Amino acid sequence: MGRRRNDLLLILGLLAAAGLCALLLRPRGGGAWAVVEVDGAETARYSLAQDRTVRLEAGGGYNVLSISGRRAAVTEADCGDHTCVSTGWIDRRGEAIICLPHRLVVRVEGGPAPAVDASVN
Amino acid sequence: MNSREIARYALLTALALALSWLESLIPLPGAPPGVKLGLGNLVVIVALYRLGPGPAAGLSLVRVLLTSLTFGNAYALAYSLAGAAVSLAVMLGLKRTGRFSILGVSAAGGVGHNIGQILVAMAVLRSGYAAGYLPVLLVSGVSAGAAVGAAGGVVARRVRL
Repeated sequence: MGRRRNDLLLILGLLAAAGLCALLLRPRGGGAWAVVEVDGAETARYSLAQDRTVRLEAGGGYNVLSISGRRAAVTEADCGDHTCVSTGWIDRRGEAIICLPHRLVVRVEGGPAPAVDASVN
Repeated sequence: MNSREIARYALLTALALALSWLESLIPLPGAPPGVKLGLGNLVVIVALYRLGPGPAAGLSLVRVLLTSLTFGNAYALAYSLAGAAVSLAVMLGLKRTGRFSILGVSAAGGVGHNIGQILVAMAVLRSGYAAGYLPVLLVSGVSAGAAVGAAGGVVARRVRL
């Protein structure tokens, strides 16, 4: 069955593309910061070394950014879906908390190397 | 469209909605946003193989509208529409080549769905940062699409629409 073989090649190709993306998108380190972006523009950055709680105004609402123990999280927000809150704590470079309703991104610059995204048998 | 066809599409739409609802009941703890099985697409892919591109596109559109408005919000609608459109285009193209079975076509469709969603996320956020989810979503799209395609193959073989 040529189609089965083609299917397999297609799937392997797509998985290889995923691996390639992961390598290309791997962020490079610096200091450990929580960088806040609203509408694609950086509005603030906070060192992960210092614990604090900040109220961020974005997209007509608010998100509360907490930094504690070298980790960052959005612990409270008035957006509709609360995906940002359920994302939880981030501390590795390249990790991000995204609040789509408020067009807000909190991402970690620097920090420890990222954990494995996914593994495939 | 005769009454028989109306009844058929109504039934398929209801089935797609029921499958989407079923899926929304199963939480995936720790899964990044956008990772899901896409059970509702089972109906779309079976329609693509048994009824043709037009009915599959129509079902897909109605399914996305209804599930987004019922289980999601306006943002979910934008993502799902883009995902469904890219997914359907990819599946149609690959199916036309005649070189892939329903499994491969569906796997690529799953990836297409996630790529469409990421493009919308990048447009909404005006930041390339959502592309960071690309590797995870590519892998999950391939797996979910292949699983749905395998099931769809069995259904398309045995069920007469």
